[in-house]
Amino acid sequence: MELTVLGQPAEQATIEAEGGCSSSGCGSDSDSLSHLPDHIREKVHNHPCYSEEAHHHYARMHVAVAPACNIQCHYCNRKYDCANESRPGVVSELLSPDDAVKKVMAVAAEIPQMTVLGIAGPGDPLANPERTFETFQQLTEKAPDIKLCVSTNGLALPEQVEELSKHNIDHVTITINTVDPEIGAQIYPWVYWNNRRIKGVKGARILIEQQQKGLKMLTDRGILVKVNSVMIPGVNDKHLEEVSRVVKDNGAFLHNVMPLIAEAEHGTFYGVMGQRGPTHDELQALQDACAGDMNMMRHCRQCRADAVGLLGEDRGDEFTMDKVEVMDIDYEAAMERRKQVQDDIEKQRKMKQAGLVALEGLSVQKKELRPVLMAVATSGGGIINEHFGHAKEFLIYEANATDVRFISHRKVELYCGGGDTCGDGESVLDQIIKTLSGCEAVLCSKIGYEPWDLLEAAGIMPNGEHAMEDIEQAVAAVYAEMAENGALEKPAPTKQIAAQAGA
Amino acid sequence: MAYEIIDNCVSCWACEGVCPSGAISPGTLHGKAHFVIDAKKCTECEGDYADAQCASICPIEGAILNPLKAWANPPGSLTGIPPERLAAAMAEIQAR
Repeated sequence: MELTVLGQPAEQATIEAEGGCSSSGCGSDSDSLSHLPDHIREKVHNHPCYSEEAHHHYARMHVAVAPACNIQCHYCNRKYDCANESRPGVVSELLSPDDAVKKVMAVAAEIPQMTVLGIAGPGDPLANPERTFETFQQLTEKAPDIKLCVSTNGLALPEQVEELSKHNIDHVTITINTVDPEIGAQIYPWVYWNNRRIKGVKGARILIEQQQKGLKMLTDRGILVKVNSVMIPGVNDKHLEEVSRVVKDNGAFLHNVMPLIAEAEHGTFYGVMGQRGPTHDELQALQDACAGDMNMMRHCRQCRADAVGLLGEDRGDEFTMDKVEVMDIDYEAAMERRKQVQDDIEKQRKMKQAGLVALEGLSVQKKELRPVLMAVATSGGGIINEHFGHAKEFLIYEANATDVRFISHRKVELYCGGGDTCGDGESVLDQIIKTLSGCEAVLCSKIGYEPWDLLEAAGIMPNGEHAMEDIEQAVAAVYAEMAENGALEKPAPTKQIAAQAGA
Repeated sequence: MAYEIIDNCVSCWACEGVCPSGAISPGTLHGKAHFVIDAKKCTECEGDYADAQCASICPIEGAILNPLKAWANPPGSLTGIPPERLAAAMAEIQAR
């Protein structure tokens, strides 16, 4: 038995690198993009929101030019406008198209690995067609090296498809939470349609019809469509497998099932009414169930409508309009530098693919080895390069005897704020350990003694031995080590907890 | 007679784009960004639509008064959150 990611012949690895295949996706995984046609893989190769592998290297940004919305969702509150909050629909500063273009060019010059500009709100981009398309048109002329994409609820999509296809937009995301109007009425209290506010099942039916119609029209024109779905336990969780099948039939190439975010302080219907979000395990189980039929995306960070940077980071504060206004941008020079930086990233990605070697560790031929979840601290680049105490999120990988695959990310509070603020460290650490439940190892560049002891006591083995190494290689190596030392013959930690509770 | 936007407007621009009379524009109220309906231009959408357009797309309960000075969208009517439930949740958050 060997890891396919690591054990593939060098020749094959090179071919796959050319085609833009994610290393974690080249195995037998059903959620890889590897079996998609070349022209699609090429389009998503450097798109952080579509390719899991790309998101380690490339950044994206959203510009908040689209304030108006034509529907109400129960997980959204239009009153909310907070700088410290990170979720879709939230922005700090609304931009005119002219200002948005200035901001995009400033970010492109400062963050050369930024490949993608999306318009995602804070309302619905297609309910603000003039502002949205004005922004796209200017960017097509002034910054032709940036990919454009748009995210919509789908209600106005059929009437805007023609216009969309004129703007060199090859990525569209539609949020589709249901294909059943009865369920829709529990998610969407109203839609604004044909100059009327239409409530309940009738409104939801119209929305669903327009979403599916728009999806088909886009895919008929060769535009790539990703579908986002919010998993709402007790409302649409059982139904999302069907949604996944239907949107695949209608041409969507990727499905992103995201957890509901609902807190009372957000003032949303679900938040105030106490609707809970899914657990990590529930989300993963649903993503795995959908993966039988569909390519699944698992690395979404549900970012703000004005986010800037790598997924999982937000550098929006560096690019507020007052700062952008005084930046002097030479875009010709910036484009050259962008190309150089992006070419270097591609070289690194190819080297990584070609340099993978089989690990001897897994030559241990034992009975079927159980899978293991591991948490990884990284600040980008696809390597283990973050101190445990500085991690704002952990990436969760699953290793088994044949493959290493990315599962999800889990956000945490900073354990170490530096200096004197470690006083609260302990309770934060407890919280982090809870967040990492189910994981058996945490891989980071460094870790202090105190968290080490507590993690170890909780059954999560800290590991700083793979600092600056490739994430998937390191996860595979740790898994091989666990196989060698017999750790995989013990039951998984959740089962240990259950056994203790039962004892 | 005219519709009127009052102070909990969140300036989302939705009404501005759907007004058939061009009566709505961005402005300020008590120093805060806030949309304004020009009472001279507002027709209550008569002759154009069955329903007043601003009141049909506005997402904020209590942000628009109808010509009778009553809420076009009273609390609870758009979000589905019972007002007493919202008040209780907000009181609980403030007490934290």
